[in-house]
Amino acid sequence: MVGSRRFRVIDAFLIIMMILPMVFAVVLKILTNPESEGIAISGALVYFTIPMPKWDLPITESQVNSWLVMISVLGLCLYLTHGLSPKADTKRQHLAEFIVNKTESLVHENMGEFFGGFAPFIGAILALSAFSSLSSLLGIFPPTSDLNVIAGWAVLVFLLITYYKLKCGFVYYVKSFTEPIAILTPFNIIGEIATPVSMTFRHYGNIVSGSVISALIAAGLRILSSWIFGWLPGKIGEFPFLRIGLPAVFSVYFDIFSGCLQAFIFSILTMINISGAFDFNIYTARKNKKLSKKQKAN
Amino acid sequence: MLELAIGIILCGCAIGAGLALIAGIGPGIGEGNAVAKACEAIGRQPESRGSVMSTLFIGCALAETTGVYGFVTGLLLMFVVPRMLVNILITALTTNGIL
Repeated sequence: MVGSRRFRVIDAFLIIMMILPMVFAVVLKILTNPESEGIAISGALVYFTIPMPKWDLPITESQVNSWLVMISVLGLCLYLTHGLSPKADTKRQHLAEFIVNKTESLVHENMGEFFGGFAPFIGAILALSAFSSLSSLLGIFPPTSDLNVIAGWAVLVFLLITYYKLKCGFVYYVKSFTEPIAILTPFNIIGEIATPVSMTFRHYGNIVSGSVISALIAAGLRILSSWIFGWLPGKIGEFPFLRIGLPAVFSVYFDIFSGCLQAFIFSILTMINISGAFDFNIYTARKNKKLSKKQKAN
Repeated sequence: MLELAIGIILCGCAIGAGLALIAGIGPGIGEGNAVAKACEAIGRQPESRGSVMSTLFIGCALAETTGVYGFVTGLLLMFVVPRMLVNILITALTTNGIL
């Protein structure tokens, strides 16, 4: 029950589950990151590789960080839904209900009634993408600035699109490539492949451009402060005063706003692509045909 | 001779990266148009500000795509392609017995 000793112990455990992965990621970053001077624009660090028959499987910073973010988000979800009651008298239950309602209304608006079951999937993509981008605020390598992570999500979306196209019948799927005329088939195939590629590049490019600009700003402020305060004696002259606080102003746009916006765009595009691939009228007609055939056979 | 070849590769990659970022012009013009129209719409109907703003953000993020393609191409030309091309050059030279 709410307020009992057992409840509070589980609460504390869930809060630790939320915070500990992030602390672990920051410690790992401090321990493994090689110290660098000036501009450092680099990909994910490879921790170790697992030998496999054909290709070695590298375990990189982005994989580890994305698993840590997943554990953290799982902890948040469990914390918000811990101690649900029909009366809805706790703050966290109001917050959880608000999130669920918003996600479901978003999915209903963009995908229609038939795809109502997609709300958890869209919510998961939204939360994972947003929290992955926001994890750069802690100074760790954000998993979304690795092309492979987002390519994985985009391939998942591509498989879903193909699945819902095939649901309308294999003939309809093949025929949809020859629309409006048969000569355009190669372009339609290219367009089909371009969907996941463009989704990947859009998300990745926006996040990476933010981190590149942040690195350039930090390096530029270091040089600028050495010009302005360079005449001060000793260690005070070397200290980059302009780097205190000023990069945070740019970080509000590039890390917080851009990350959340791209998460939203990615989920909106997922919804539009999946619901656009599916023709409800043809699906119901096909279903009715099958049903009538079955009845005739019986 | 090898230094000259590697220098040409690096030079070409740098020029290519610079040219790839010209792609930023298109989204700049496009987003400018979108924002101008959004300002007009809000001026005409101030009560529809919320929906106009949210549509504007999504539209801008979508219009950015072509610019982002150019940016990703530039990044690849800066950080990935030079090493790859130099490796190809060196393996080709060693297999032919020149190095």
